[in-house]
Amino acid sequence: MNNIFVICEIENGQVADVSLELMTKGRSLADELKCKLEALVIGHNLKDIEKDIYPFGADKVWVADDPRLEVYTTLPYNSIAVKLFQEEKPQIALLGATTFGRDLGPRVSSQLISGLTADCTSLEIGDHEDKRAGKKYENLLYQIRPAFGGNIVATIINPDNRPQMATVREGVMKKEVYNPNHKGELVKIDVDKYVSKEDFVVKVIERHIESSKVNIKNSSIIVAGGYGVGSKENFNLLSELAHLISGEVGASRAAVDAGFADHDRQIGQTGVTVRPKLYIACGISGQVQHIAGMQESSMIISINNDPEAPINKIADYVITGDIEEIVPKMIKYYKKNSK
Amino acid sequence: MKGLKIIVLAKQVPDTRNVGKDAMKADGTVNRAALPAIFNPEDLNALEQALQLKDKFPGSSVSLLTMGPGRAAEIIREGLYRGADNGYLLTDRAFAGADTLATSYALSCAIKKIKDYDVIIAGRQAIDGDTAQVGPQVAEKLGLPQVTYAEDVLETKKKSIVIKRRLENGVETVECPLPCVITVNASAAECRPRNAKALMKFKHARTATERQDASEDYIDMTSERPYLDLPELSVNDIEVDVAQLGLSGSPTKVKKIENVVFQAKESKVLTPSDNDMDELMKELISNHTLG
Repeated sequence: MNNIFVICEIENGQVADVSLELMTKGRSLADELKCKLEALVIGHNLKDIEKDIYPFGADKVWVADDPRLEVYTTLPYNSIAVKLFQEEKPQIALLGATTFGRDLGPRVSSQLISGLTADCTSLEIGDHEDKRAGKKYENLLYQIRPAFGGNIVATIINPDNRPQMATVREGVMKKEVYNPNHKGELVKIDVDKYVSKEDFVVKVIERHIESSKVNIKNSSIIVAGGYGVGSKENFNLLSELAHLISGEVGASRAAVDAGFADHDRQIGQTGVTVRPKLYIACGISGQVQHIAGMQESSMIISINNDPEAPINKIADYVITGDIEEIVPKMIKYYKKNSK
Repeated sequence: MKGLKIIVLAKQVPDTRNVGKDAMKADGTVNRAALPAIFNPEDLNALEQALQLKDKFPGSSVSLLTMGPGRAAEIIREGLYRGADNGYLLTDRAFAGADTLATSYALSCAIKKIKDYDVIIAGRQAIDGDTAQVGPQVAEKLGLPQVTYAEDVLETKKKSIVIKRRLENGVETVECPLPCVITVNASAAECRPRNAKALMKFKHARTATERQDASEDYIDMTSERPYLDLPELSVNDIEVDVAQLGLSGSPTKVKKIENVVFQAKESKVLTPSDNDMDELMKELISNHTLG
């Protein structure tokens, strides 16, 4: 009762990185709240899966293992989570902001009337006073996220409803082993008690999973373009530079919306969070939602026409001028100096 | 197959994609007046999927449902110009301050009032909140199955619909019984443009509130042409538990909103000159930032 739950996602038989990142975050929140950390895993062929989760600090791992649950569909997973939460009454429940978590989370939250905040970039514990109602709340979950297209940052709370639910994108929290020898308790869920026949009305006919061709998350050098790059053609310049220095091309949301780059290259709160060694921001003004996804880069170079672009404040090098002029020069002088 | 009755959920949103410097007020709040109000982009993708179903199954109808202030009637007209048959504006002060759950509850009550439907289609998410929660929550409130991240309707059978979903690392084909709620991605087909005939037909479509607005020079033709009346639904028109609406019905509250101040670094300012670029590349190579 009153513990923290992470709904873990299974990817090719493994616990997804985003779920382990949330376990790490959940562990530190649980320590602060002096409560337990529990994980819920749903799927099939999950033997020994708990052993992959214990080192991240799980005190209890609930496993629902059933052939009918092998491929994710909303309704049976929802029934299991809802009923388990009704029994266990967690104070906090976390999910990855993946297509899985963003499909399941709202459904669970709606049925429990709990309240859910999507795509949080930070989770903290804090107090709240509702002066109008004369009520004081202790140890609420502050769910912090950029809002309004990333122009502001909002702190959201759920004062009265439980669990306090939040989704977080992959890469936002850090994944860290809590204790390699940490052991928790395994609880096997009797699936038939939680699901009904009607939960299986949606059928997955075909599933074609391909590993993404783009791997900006793990690239140590990123050349990213924003709306200011101006065209798809100019993005080719960025590709040329990225290719030369063994980096990947990233993009801001505005550039993706404008059709300059593909969605899987989007960096920021609604895209991928990256921590490269070098981040070259070309024509990116630096909305909050973008900066949220790259501010931990070791070195940032900003190339922008506008000397007042917000991103310049967090840049190590600021070059004021046109992409068309500067990027070719970087290519030229890299070639010259790397010989 | 007989025609389908389709409800499209749409939202009027501030265009947060092209935010200028005047978009934020000095106190850190959003200057809504500086942002144009638009048809939420993915709701247009949803409308297109609905219109494609209508093309395929003659006798189908597409109804728009939007919740918002009076001016949200603009997007109903926009939808009518592009091929929708009618639209409802859910508007009431009681809805103000609603989070996604209270919004979903209000929409589900309005859908129960509209009653006759085979499929509900919405955009995956709105650009002002990016939560993607309203679609699944409406489905839950109505007790319907949901298919999110839809990219295409592959097949429509008598009692079910086959949909291609776009996931982060691939695609999935699912078959879902009707009625259901579908949310559509931006990667789906783009919405068709306005149709000249529909534009002429619905140009004068107004809500009762808009017709009463004396500032508008307007001749009421709704008695001869009832389709020019855009129905407004208020709390009194739908069966609803008022406690679950608006701010009081919202489990989540905004504790605070901040304009973000970044930890400023001491930056080195360079010019695009050959000398500066040469020096920069030398430095990056010598400190092993570049291999």
